[in-house]
Formats: sequence, structure tokens, C-alpha cells
Amino acid sequence: MQKRGREEERERSEAKTGHRLVGARSGSEMKVMVAVKRVVDYAVKIRVKPDKSGVETSNVKMSMNPFCEIALEEALRIREAGTAAEVVAVSVGPAQCVDTLRTALAMGADRAIHVDAGAAPVLPLSVAKILKALVQVEQPGLLILGKQAIDDDCNQTGQMIAGLLRWPQGTFASKVVLDKEKQVATVEREVDGGIETLSLDLPAVITTDLRLNQPRYATLPNIMKAKSKVIKKVTPAELNVELKPDLEVVQVAEPPKRKAGVIVSSVDELIHKLKNEARIL
Amino acid sequence: MYRSALSAITSKSRRPLRSPFFSPFRAETPIISSVSPYPGPESRLPIPSNRFSSFRDPPSRASFAPSICFPDWSPGLRRRVVSRTRGLCGGSGDRESLEYDVVIVGAGPAGLSAAIRLKQMCLERNADLSVCVLEKGPEVGAHIISGNVFEPRALDELIPQWRHEGAPIEVPVSSDKFWLLTENHSLQLPSPFDNKGNYVISLSQLVRWMAMKAEEVGVEIYPGFAASEILYDENHRVIGVATNDMGVAKDGSKRETFQRGVELKGRVTLLAEGCRGSLSEKMIRAHKLREKVQGQHQTYALGIKEVWEIEEGKHKPGSVLHTVGWPLDMKTYGGSFLYHMSNRQIAIGLVIALNYHNPYLNPYDEFQKFKHHPAIKPLLMGGTVLEYGARTLNEGGFQSIPYSVVPGGAIIGCSAGFLDVPKIKGTHTAMKSGMLAGEAAFRTLVEGATMETYWDNLKKSWIWEDLKRARNYRPAFKYGLIPGLAFSALERYVFRGRLPLTLKHGKPDHEATDIASLHAPIQYPKPDGQISFDVPTSLYRSNTNHEHDQPAHLHLRDSTVPELVNLPLYAGPESRYCPARVYEYTPDENHRLKLHINAQNCLHCKACDIKDPRQNIKWTVPEGGGGPGYTIM
Repeated sequence: MQKRGREEERERSEAKTGHRLVGARSGSEMKVMVAVKRVVDYAVKIRVKPDKSGVETSNVKMSMNPFCEIALEEALRIREAGTAAEVVAVSVGPAQCVDTLRTALAMGADRAIHVDAGAAPVLPLSVAKILKALVQVEQPGLLILGKQAIDDDCNQTGQMIAGLLRWPQGTFASKVVLDKEKQVATVEREVDGGIETLSLDLPAVITTDLRLNQPRYATLPNIMKAKSKVIKKVTPAELNVELKPDLEVVQVAEPPKRKAGVIVSSVDELIHKLKNEARIL
Repeated sequence: MYRSALSAITSKSRRPLRSPFFSPFRAETPIISSVSPYPGPESRLPIPSNRFSSFRDPPSRASFAPSICFPDWSPGLRRRVVSRTRGLCGGSGDRESLEYDVVIVGAGPAGLSAAIRLKQMCLERNADLSVCVLEKGPEVGAHIISGNVFEPRALDELIPQWRHEGAPIEVPVSSDKFWLLTENHSLQLPSPFDNKGNYVISLSQLVRWMAMKAEEVGVEIYPGFAASEILYDENHRVIGVATNDMGVAKDGSKRETFQRGVELKGRVTLLAEGCRGSLSEKMIRAHKLREKVQGQHQTYALGIKEVWEIEEGKHKPGSVLHTVGWPLDMKTYGGSFLYHMSNRQIAIGLVIALNYHNPYLNPYDEFQKFKHHPAIKPLLMGGTVLEYGARTLNEGGFQSIPYSVVPGGAIIGCSAGFLDVPKIKGTHTAMKSGMLAGEAAFRTLVEGATMETYWDNLKKSWIWEDLKRARNYRPAFKYGLIPGLAFSALERYVFRGRLPLTLKHGKPDHEATDIASLHAPIQYPKPDGQISFDVPTSLYRSNTNHEHDQPAHLHLRDSTVPELVNLPLYAGPESRYCPARVYEYTPDENHRLKLHINAQNCLHCKACDIKDPRQNIKWTVPEGGGGPGYTIM
């Protein structure tokens, strides 16, 4: 039943775009697309801007989101295992995203695409729409993303794009096993209760969690080679995606400073304080 | 003697490495590989560990490819590598080898000036030389920290149009004050500095701008890669450097992400690692560069700095203040600085000469104490600390300049030591030395000259002139603060460096520490969390990060010395002078104090390498990409 629905959808999108969904089917030509995000480096101590409009990002070290690195590493391992032929790295953001994509190329991605969305931060739904348009062009058999970005902690993009594409999703993946012939991905997910194992028909969306793998270092020779690789640049307009900001950041403030504790002299005093000062009882 | 072992082990050559084949001190063995032509100097130091003595005699040269760089592994593994070397040309063992015309270690003011100058000359004379700059920090500028009141003299020569090219040099010095502090008062003295025409900057930001300029002219800069080894050929000529292996676990075994280091071969190699550079020190010792010019030992100071964002009304851009006196005593040379940058930011710090005598002195706590002075505290009230950091700097000046050229390479910037102590500026001289080296490298590679031209031009340049004129200020302070200040005044207004004598430095810094029984422990006030802070809080603000699972990069030549010498005789001074609390004496299960090294905290300041009384601590470079993350320092 699910298969029939998908076949119909394929025919419909084939008719719309004129592309044959060849790549998604045959494993030997399977492409893996990895979406990466340029964020404030995790080791940096962030500060709120004095006007409370956001976090200070000027003069601050930026690097690839750690979960995106894990996603890229997983894609590279899938290609090295022979299950996929090509790894394409994609990033949506301002011009400096190119640095992040170069790191992705240095780690081993075959191609990179930069979607220049200008300087304003792009929210998950917009990213999902852009990725959907790219997926329809590139036809990957698998889309891997990090589970969330460490700057906004949204944890939405993977799920949204799976919904837009109507693809199965395996989020918080801690283990991914692909079966080329059956075109199935077995994903172990870290959920609150433990580990959940899902079987997804390809093409699918996977978002990666911390324990999936240890990303490799980009070696110096690879970094040198990556400098000369071409990064394709597109704009949202070319993809027929309209970026409508549906959220507005009203204020960003630091968490209130932790007040010093008070040592109480008796249980009665404790109860008195909890009742009258903290108003918990 | 290795050949017989070879045949016995060749069958193992393809076995995947799982067991710890690497000695945890694997990074220690570069002593041998880079010093191999000169076994002498290292033997001064006691090396009781068998691990090292087995490496003392290098195997016969004939079996190796032209670059003799011994991979720093345990004997068994090295033999395995030897068996594979014969098949490869270029790289030693299984290291990939990349070739450049010029390889520069360190993307700081000196290194980048050399690179830019070189490329400028290439453009002028239509030549094409490939230049590669390696930087151990995670990005360019991450390991750059300095006061900084910048004298644009060298930049005017390097990039004359810097004012129109967006250089982050925007705040001219507006006032220049000098105070003598006592515990509760401050006395204004005539300023010994002349900062007219200078700017208050963040050197980290300036270096980042310089890197951008360097890349514009075609310099390749690679942050995140630490050069850990100097490569020599069979004629003892420097042919390049090698980066360290990445992905080695704490116990020395290979992690999943293991990547072998890479060799960068250069026809000219320039070391621009900054003060007490690890490779530069090795080179100076191995080639006896100080003895060559009858130079004295280098002397150092430790600078601890914070950048604050203060309240609007208190901020005066361009305001420059230096103090001497409190909290330091008469026998300790040092002083503070307070510079107002832009954006309500100020740079405040304390610099203490490392030839202090009292082993109980804690430079970090002295700095925190200093901030509470009634003349300083009001400025900081209501402000927030943005960044913290620390670094040693050279104070040896003219007397300590080593001969800076070796076959195949040169040492530039603070690695050689061109800081002008009375001006307390080293950036402009570092940049100029870089430029001279860049020019010499160009002439060497294109016109057939030698790198000696660098040294010759150095002696003819304004660096030499300035440092010679400034040579007697610092040594005079070995007689005490007041004599030193008096002599400085005489030097400045009367002699101006023309005295026919050159005062010599006192004892080397590590020998100047008295034994603890001659002093009493100093009681420092507890941090109040608003003006003064504890070390973990400050460390957090330095954005320091190292890969956790890697061998400690701080090596003890003799692991028993801390408990047998440092602790009983000197009360464990490393637990006090380290601005990052790397060294801690904690009781073990038998309630005996044992040294614990928190290498992850390291700010790469090199104070331990300098000040350890027995010179037992050796700072080696950790995996590239680690260390502090300075952005506005």
C-alpha cells in the first residue's frame, strides 16, 4: 500500500520536473546528500549582544556543526562501504558557508553546493523547503543531517524535510546499516526509553546523534585539494523557493544569574522558606 | 643492528595496530630526530628513562631515503616502518610529503609578514614561489595575545595602504600615563614611553586581517596543524617540518580517527612560533645559535591579560596606562598595563618577569589582587570580562639575540627574541624581522643568495639600532626597582644607549627561584566573582579546548623530580606560576602529594618550560587545533 502511494508520487514528480528518478532506485548510482550548517564553534564561550537581538557572532570562531560532522562522516563511511557512489554536501547560509563546505570537501565529500540565502539566519522550515528543491534536482537515495544545530537547538529540519518529501525518517540515529539490494536502511534510534530499531525504505531521511561515529580529521593534503574543488552556488530564487520568515526573534537574554544558596538552621525554617519565599508548597 | 631485527619482524609489518605500540611519550622522541646530527646538547640533561636511551644511537643512514626523519614510535614499530621506507621516495616511513618553496611555522605577525613580503617580491619580479604557513591554533589569531599598543612602523613598510584596506587599527593613543602604585595610592610619574603615532589594537584581530591579506596574494595558510618535528637531510640541512600525528589516544594507541602526520618540505623553512617556540628552542640548542654570537640566555616574563567590556562613561578610547610597584615587591620586575580599545573594551594585564625569587609567588593571583587597587577597581565595576589569556614574552633584548640562521632555515620574530623591553613592544620588530627573512628567502631561492643575508640585513636594520639603544634598561633592574627606575631615567634622558658598556642579565629565570624555606607563603585574597575570579572561571573565558583523548603534551624528563625536588625544595612552584592550573599537587591513596598534570587546560604560554627549577618540564606541541581560542586579545 505504501509502495503504491510512492510509485504514484514518483510518476507525479517525474511529470512535474521532467527528471526520471533513476538514482533513487539503483544502489550502484546512489547519491547521499548531507546538509551541513555553519555555527559558532562549540568551544567558544558565547555572549548575548548588548541590544539583546541575538548572540554575538562577529569575531567569533565558526565551524561545522558537530552533528553535521557526524552526518558527513556517516555518509563517507556509506560511500566507502560501496553502498553509495557519491556524497554531496549542501549548506544554506551566507557567503562564509563556503569555508564549511571546504571542510566537508576536505573530509571527503565529492561535491558541494552552497545555497546563498543572504546574511539573515535561515529558519528550519525554509531550510527544509530549500533542501526539498535540491533533493528533487539531485535525486539522492539518502539524506543525512545532524539532529540539531548547536546554535538554535531546533531539532526540526530533518523531520520537516521528511514530511515535505513524504520520505521515511530515522532521527537520533546511533547506528545506520544500509542494505543495497533491498534498498532498506536499518536505523537504531536513541529514544528516551532506550534504543528503537526502525527499518526505512530508501529514499529516506536520517538525522544523526552523538554516538553514531567519530568524525575523521581532515588531513592537510585533502584540505589542499579541497581548495581547488568547485563549489556550486545557487540561490533560493533559482530553486523556486520563497524564503518567508515565519518566526521573529523578539529577544535573546542571558539566563538569570544563579542566586547564592541559603543555609537554613532547621526543618521548620526550610518549610517556612519553601512556603513563603519560594512558594513551592 | 636494526637490519637483523628487520627480517625478524617484516612478517608483522602488515598487522593492524591495536596494542599500544606507541610509547606515551611518543612526541618526546623528536629530540632525537631533529637533533640527530648533534647528539651533544641533549646529553646535558639527565635522561634516566630507558625508553629514551634506546633511541640514542641512530641507525645507519644508508637504509633511509634522503629525508632522515625518524618517526617517533617505539623500537618495534620503527623497525616496521624502516622495512617499508625502501619502497617510498620522498616521505620517510608512511608519511605523505608535500613540497613548497617556503614553509613557515606560525601564522603570527612575523610569519605572516615574511609570507606577505615574499609574495610581494614575487609579484614585483614576476617569480612564482609557493609559500605555506602552518598554524597550530584552530584558526589564525586563536593563539595571538598581546597588550597591544602598536607601532605601525613595520606595517607602513609592508602594507603602506593599510589605513584604506580595513585594517583593524582604528584607535590612536590619546593619553599615556605612568603610575607608581602602593597598596592604597597611586603616584603619577612622567611617562617613559612615547606613544605618539601608535594605536591601541587587538593583535589577534590584526593578525587575522594580515592572514586575509596574505591569502589575497596567494599564501596558503593551514590552521589546525602543529609542526612537531624539524626535518633534516643527510647534510644536516633543514629541509622542512612535519606535523604531528592526530588521533592518538592517551595511552599512545591509535584511535579510530588516527591520521599520520604530514611532511612539509621547504627549500627555506622559517620558524615563527613566538616566544620560546618548541621547535625554535630545539634548533637554537642543536645548532648552538647563542654561542655563535656570544649571546646570553634569553630572559622572560609572564603576561596575564583580560579583556573587559566596561560601562560607557568610564571608557576613553586610546587611553594608555602603565603601572609599576604594588602588588609586586621591590625585587620583582614587572608592571601592569591598561589600554582602552574600541567598543567599550579595555585590555588589562599584569606582566611579571620570570626571574622572580619567591617560589610562593602566584602571578595569576597577583593580577587578580592588582585589579582591586582603589585606582583600578572603579573602572572595572559594572563591567564584564570577555576573554582571558596568558603568554610569556621575551625580555632578553639585544644581549639574548641568537644567531638566527641555520642551513636551510631561519628563526624570526619572538622565537629569536626582538622585543623592545623599555617600549614593551615586540610586534613591530617581529614583523620587520619577518619581512627581512622573506626578502632573504626570495633572494636565496631566486637570485642564488644565502639566508645569511637575513642576518646581515637584520644587523643593518632599525631593529638592531632600536634594540641596541634599549639594551641596558632591563638588566639594570637586577639591582632592584628603585635603582632600575633611576637608571632607566638616566638612560632615557641622558645616555640614550650610548654608554660604552652592556649590562649583562642575571641568572637564567629557572635558576633565580630561591628555595621555599627562604620565603613565607603568600596569602592571596579570595576572588570575589566580580572583579577577581578563580582560575576555572578565567580558563573558561579563554575558550581553551584540547582533544581529551590524546597523550599529555607536557613531558617530564624525569618523572620523579616533581616529588623529589620541586615539592620539597621549592614548594611546587609550577602549581603557582601556571596561569591555567595545569599542575596540581593532589594527595594520592597514601596521602602523599603527587603531581597531576591537567594538560587540557594548557594555554600554550610556555611558562613551565621556562621556569621549572630543574628544567624538567618540556612543553611539546599537542595535536593541532587545540589550545586557547583568542579573538580579541
